[in-house]
Amino acid sequence: MNEIVDPLSIDRPNSYIGKSVPRPNVKKLVEGRGQYVDDIVLPRMVHVAFARSPHAHARIAGIDPAEALALPGVLRVLTGKDLEPHCEPWVAVLAHLKGMKSAPQRPLPVDRATWVGEAVAAVVAETRAIAEDAAAKVHVTYEPLPAAVDMETALSPGTPVIHPDLGDNLCFQRVNESGDVEAAFAAAHKVVEATFHTARHTGLTLEPRSILADYNRASAKLTVYHSTQAPHMMQGVLAQHLRLPEGDVRVICSDVGGSYGIKVHVYPDEVAVAAIAKIMARPVKFIADRLESFATDIHARDHRIKGRMAVDAEGRITAIDVDDLTGIGPYSVYPRTSAVEGNQVVNLIGGPYDFANYRAKTTVVFQNKTPTCQYRAVGHPIAAAVTEGLADLAAEAVGLDPAEFRRRNVMADGSYPRTSPAGMRFEGLSHIASLDKLLAMIDYAGLRAEQDRLRGQGIHRGIGLAAFIELTNPSPFMYGIGGARISAQDGCTVRIDPDGSVMAATGVTEQGQGTEGIIRQIVAEGVGVALEQVRVVTGDTLTTPYGGGTWACRGAGIGGEAALQSAIAVKEAALRVAAAMLQSSPEALELVGGAIIERATGQTRMPLSELARIVYFRGDTLPPDLPRELMQTRHFITKQYPFAFTNGIQAAYLEVDTETGLVKLLRHWCVEDCGRVINPLLVDEQVRGGIVQGIGAALYEQCPYSAEGQLLIGSMADYLVPMSAEMPDIEVGHVETPTRESLLGAKGAGEAGTAGAPAAVMNAINDALRPFGAKVHAQPFTPERILAALGRVG
Amino acid sequence: MSTHLDVTLTVNGERVSRRIEARRHLIDFLRLDLGLMGSHAGCEHGFCGACTVRVDGTIVRGCLVLAAALDGAQVETIEGVSDSGEIRDLQEAFVVRNAAQCGYCTPGMLLTAAELLKQNPAPTRDEIREHLSGNYCRCTGYHAIVDAVAAVAGRRNGEAAR
Repeated sequence: MNEIVDPLSIDRPNSYIGKSVPRPNVKKLVEGRGQYVDDIVLPRMVHVAFARSPHAHARIAGIDPAEALALPGVLRVLTGKDLEPHCEPWVAVLAHLKGMKSAPQRPLPVDRATWVGEAVAAVVAETRAIAEDAAAKVHVTYEPLPAAVDMETALSPGTPVIHPDLGDNLCFQRVNESGDVEAAFAAAHKVVEATFHTARHTGLTLEPRSILADYNRASAKLTVYHSTQAPHMMQGVLAQHLRLPEGDVRVICSDVGGSYGIKVHVYPDEVAVAAIAKIMARPVKFIADRLESFATDIHARDHRIKGRMAVDAEGRITAIDVDDLTGIGPYSVYPRTSAVEGNQVVNLIGGPYDFANYRAKTTVVFQNKTPTCQYRAVGHPIAAAVTEGLADLAAEAVGLDPAEFRRRNVMADGSYPRTSPAGMRFEGLSHIASLDKLLAMIDYAGLRAEQDRLRGQGIHRGIGLAAFIELTNPSPFMYGIGGARISAQDGCTVRIDPDGSVMAATGVTEQGQGTEGIIRQIVAEGVGVALEQVRVVTGDTLTTPYGGGTWACRGAGIGGEAALQSAIAVKEAALRVAAAMLQSSPEALELVGGAIIERATGQTRMPLSELARIVYFRGDTLPPDLPRELMQTRHFITKQYPFAFTNGIQAAYLEVDTETGLVKLLRHWCVEDCGRVINPLLVDEQVRGGIVQGIGAALYEQCPYSAEGQLLIGSMADYLVPMSAEMPDIEVGHVETPTRESLLGAKGAGEAGTAGAPAAVMNAINDALRPFGAKVHAQPFTPERILAALGRVG
Repeated sequence: MSTHLDVTLTVNGERVSRRIEARRHLIDFLRLDLGLMGSHAGCEHGFCGACTVRVDGTIVRGCLVLAAALDGAQVETIEGVSDSGEIRDLQEAFVVRNAAQCGYCTPGMLLTAAELLKQNPAPTRDEIREHLSGNYCRCTGYHAIVDAVAAVAGRRNGEAAR
């Protein structure tokens, strides 16, 4: 466990970066005094519930609201046609994803429902309960249409084309190829292949999607309290599509009860709520219930991947060839699009390895299921499962231990900068150092000996390794170049107040990762004040610098660097004033522990509060031309690399009951390199939480559909998630390769756990099953699938 | 048949009399009628534990209990146990160990952990995991929560031994 540092007892003054300091905003959360959107109550507030489609695909022939409107407390029923004049539709495509297409989507559909759960009418009532009662009494006449359900047949003749204007159900296709793949396979010593499935699953934030929109007609301003990761993006989206000036829309994001990518998208029902607030000119609240969450929160990772790997006689990878297929629902999700996950898969497969010949194709198709989009570690767990699954098959084929196979094949430390066969540019990674550290942590030889010994007793344990790379600190190459109004830049404003305390307003947001905590650490160190002197403002488009928010692992690396630069700028401004007051020079002074000190002697000359008092209240006593700007703003954007890649490796140790097919997780380890670690306590918990999300995908989570496109889960009784009793203790280690793009040197750490965990669990299960010659490659690895692999069930 | 019932109960030590709709769940009563926003609705089916509160000293799912059935009951929420200081050591341990990320599950998790330590002052890690297994946390992966609860148990036992 990390050393926990008491903020008051840190030995070196102002040295907070790299320390395990608790987060300042947790105290309110443990007392139940956070403020999530549903905790906000406004005067004249009304509630929305939606009538939702029970059909995967149906023409909406008519909507009769009479019975709903007759219920006392019901104020209004709005349909797609009612909202049509108030809202511009959107088409979620990115220009740099060549050939990508999607259809216009509206807050509520006008003539057709295209998935089970799609909102088709909004009921506004005095209370949520009445709105729900009334939603059940909205009579929608549906004419069911044939549905495109199975992604495997989405492009087949005979499958209905969901959007006839698009010509077919193909959203996007891309082949990423380098080297001579066919020649490499022809010359291979061994070729291994497998078909992998990653199950369609969802993020299941404990706080459901939540929005409270309030339109003040007199001031013509829309204020939206939103559980979101990207307030500025939502400001722009709502302004554009509700035809409001951007400056008249304010998005406020207080506490967010979990996001993991689920809350970075534009949901049609939420846009409908904002439109209804504008129409009714009063506060309108919508909080999704759990069934709505399952049917309408984005799903993700519905992929089938056929992969093969060629190796030479020494067990070196010579080629990888994969064919990925994914079904994304009836619309690409706005504005990030639903093609990015497939695109990431073909960019990331083979990521850790040094090989020359690569071909990866992704095919992204429309279907009548819940739309899919980016969820924590977008594409990474899929790519890692394919890469690491093939790596273990190849190791077995050439008779190499999986650890030795990885040592032979990963890109060598010190061989950077370099570009992967998939075209990814790496500034600096540490695969060998991470592997060495992991093997030492897990006592690999000891674990193998234990495994052997227990096998003799009929106990089948497996050790699974999974190396991975993670894409963090995205530049405009992620979305901006494709035309999406998603900021890759972020900013921070730092202000010294009259009492010598410091306010930091940042464009990155907090959903529990610890954004406020690390910004506070960075600013305290950058300015030179005690931690508790810094308070952080996030999540308000009116009061924070414009920025992208928190997603794709950018909070620390991008937002953190902006905070450091603005903190340093404020310190320099303060020292300039101090030099004038003390008849010294800025270079001779330093700001430490909230006081101006003499560099040479360490002698305290003046508290920062005294400097601030003079600046704010007795500016007349300073030289007239002296700048006294105790508030500074800096922005940061990465410029040299499109992404700051990180790397790591995980190990899972588990036991498979070959009678029941049940998997018992025993231990899990991760060594990861996210560059400079700002707060080990927070990084480790990001990694642990991410790993458990990955374990959920590997063992439990799936959103199954019937052949007709009915979603077959309705509650958390049907959709299994990791709970504490089944989860293992998780040990986390670090290697630090800071990025040179920033002074801070931080990269992202939030997705590493999720990226590698499913692959590690899969490889461990297959390692346990090795004596039986059984293998599983379709997630989730349920008892049924394991028993089928063992030939014990049909 | 009336759809409302007159109920008098004690919430966090304060007597409360309300006319309550028969179908109103305790979690909605606490949040919507009393403004106690510390308990959260997560799944509304009794699986996730975010709405965990105490009724007559025992933890219950606020989404499965009808408020109108609680005439004469003693209800305690995260606000009440925070004010009384009863679980301050657990709360501090959660802060220091970063055992709360988004915080949405945390009030329910804390009340469940408090009950465990009352029933079993020296739980093993497995026993902690077992007892907390009705409270869903998507953020932490549970390890830090188990650490925090174990640390408090250890400290309480250390103090008891002295």
